[in-house]
Amino acid sequence: MRRLRSLILAGLVAVAAAAPAVASEEMEYPKNEWSHGAVTRGFSNIFGTFDRKALQRGFQVYKEVCSACHSMNLLSYRNLSALGYNEAEITAIAAGYDMTDGPNDEGEMFTRKGVPADHFKAPFPNEKAAAAANGGKAPPDLSLIVKARKGGEDYIVALMTGFEPAPAGFTVPSGGNYNKAFPGHVIAMPPPLSDGGVTYADGTKATVEQQAKDVATFLAWAAEPNLEARHEMGLKVMIFLIVLAGILYAAKRAVWADQH
Amino acid sequence: MAHGPSSSFKNPVVNWLDQRLPIFTMIQKEYGVFPTPRNFNYFWNFGAIAMIMLVTMIVSGIVLAMHYTPNTNLAFNSVERIMRDVNFGWLIRYIHMNGASFFFIAVYIHIFRGLYYGSYKKPRELLWMIGVVIFLLMMATAFMGYVLPWGQMSFWGATVITNLFSALPLVGQDIVTLLWGGFSVDNPTLNRFFALHYLLPFVIAAVVFLHVAALHVTGSNNPLGVEPKGPQDTLPFHPYYTVKDSFGTVVYLAIFAAFVFYAPNFFGEPDNYIQANPMVTPPHIVPEWYFLPYYAILRSITFDISIPFTGLKLIEAKLGGVIAMFGSIAILFILPWLDTSPVRSARFRPIFKKGILAFLVAFFLLMYVGAQTADAAWHLGGLEIPLVYVGQFATLVYFGFFLSLPFVGLIEKPLPLPASIAKPVLGGGATAAGAAAKPMEKA
Repeated sequence: MRRLRSLILAGLVAVAAAAPAVASEEMEYPKNEWSHGAVTRGFSNIFGTFDRKALQRGFQVYKEVCSACHSMNLLSYRNLSALGYNEAEITAIAAGYDMTDGPNDEGEMFTRKGVPADHFKAPFPNEKAAAAANGGKAPPDLSLIVKARKGGEDYIVALMTGFEPAPAGFTVPSGGNYNKAFPGHVIAMPPPLSDGGVTYADGTKATVEQQAKDVATFLAWAAEPNLEARHEMGLKVMIFLIVLAGILYAAKRAVWADQH
Repeated sequence: MAHGPSSSFKNPVVNWLDQRLPIFTMIQKEYGVFPTPRNFNYFWNFGAIAMIMLVTMIVSGIVLAMHYTPNTNLAFNSVERIMRDVNFGWLIRYIHMNGASFFFIAVYIHIFRGLYYGSYKKPRELLWMIGVVIFLLMMATAFMGYVLPWGQMSFWGATVITNLFSALPLVGQDIVTLLWGGFSVDNPTLNRFFALHYLLPFVIAAVVFLHVAALHVTGSNNPLGVEPKGPQDTLPFHPYYTVKDSFGTVVYLAIFAAFVFYAPNFFGEPDNYIQANPMVTPPHIVPEWYFLPYYAILRSITFDISIPFTGLKLIEAKLGGVIAMFGSIAILFILPWLDTSPVRSARFRPIFKKGILAFLVAFFLLMYVGAQTADAAWHLGGLEIPLVYVGQFATLVYFGFFLSLPFVGLIEKPLPLPASIAKPVLGGGATAAGAAAKPMEKA
């Protein structure tokens, strides 16, 4: 038994020892502290819950800045209750958008006020329109962006704060912007955030870093809205399984007592 | 069953049923008093664990199928609807997603246990081969299941893997068209993969039944690899192994649950959270981790095989890779006849034991190489080692292990085998067992 175990360990160690030497093309992003435990980093905070204030600030950043170009098609206004908004507030937020609905009984499309059941209104009517308005490529939908990028929340923060003048000798093509965090360093998106670009209702100072962290928290929630339920149930399930394993181990010892 | 023993259960209903359909007698015989070697270690839990994982996958999968839509325009969003709006949908989906990985982990350990302790040898050759069939079916099922969420990696993984069949001479292109149901991976592909992904698990369940039936003919192997010689060497399956399997299974489920609840995307690729787009190729297409060793073998054949000095190509590199990849599994079918040693357990086979260590290291190396880009390299000091060479070396070790077995069996001098299972278990001393040992076990 012990020999076999050391064989397996030796195999794992051999591979693990060799791994760091590989030429790495993938970018590493500075790791931030997240109260919810980063969605893309396993086991980072098993009791984590979202920071409600950060979620609301992040939603404000999305609403006032990102949503000019980026859709979030998988979310509905009703989902915002998870951010701590009450029904009246959500109804008011949804009513701020005009939705195209129909056809009605006369066969006409018509415009009405948004309701909580509506999906987030997209900035462009379709992907082609989004591409045409943005230099040929549609800005990605942000519903799942945190889970769809290596680095998750940390990548979002790095990207939002990564705009800087291109280093000497680096030619940025026209229509592009230099960003140290973006793969290839040339991104079509101009720097979206600026100090004081939004005014937070709770008085938090709206630096670029603060906005970046807030919007990353909001996008993490959007990608993984059931994170808190998952953490909560996980605790119960783990306790149950560990206790059950303990009982079964005792049972195993008792049953096997006459055989050892 | 006229010749069978008449039922004698206390419960009259059970008795009535059993006299007409002896299902309780069967359970009693196969899982109650079934004589099982007394010396199993915890590696023998993984058959039961794999069985539990199969059931987990079927149950969670059926629930997912109730909410999933196999249409290229709707599939991705229907999965997200499960994650967001279906009650406990996130739980069921994460169980199914991670369950595939934990099913493969259990089965890999189960297969390695069979290799290490020589469970494939006479009289268990057919049992082993049925197991390899299950493994192949699992791979097909997992591959098609991964296509269903219709993310970028689903689509491009399906494109790369189905295209492999085009390397086959004459029929290759027809097979690919048949798999696709058209001329590219598209809606017909998704539909037939969904249908097959639903069907194959039940085929697996049927073959597992055969696997277990064959097991109950020969009985289990054990860590010593010597057959039980009498009642002193065995224990009734219940309660000894029902309780031990239960304990092992719950520990395994606890590890599984830790991933489901705290790192559900650990085994996944971020790219699969982007909807499939035939116009955008991801920079780095990787299969799921459990296919990586075979993917690395596939990519290791970078050269054409030709007749020397004539320039006549026999096998193109692409076909060579496909042959090597399928060969790496197919070789398991003939393993019982490749291994000429009559001794089963690696404990008593000094050369084989070193060989299987090398094989294990090669397997993990291949898994690692398979995850890297094709042009990746190791930098050791000033030396640059392209990973493709590492993969080729590991491929050589992988096949070398199997192909050397006929010779290892001839030149190896096995350690003395214990006279029986009970001796080393109850007698304790290895010297006593060794002194009484026969030179070779010929079961």
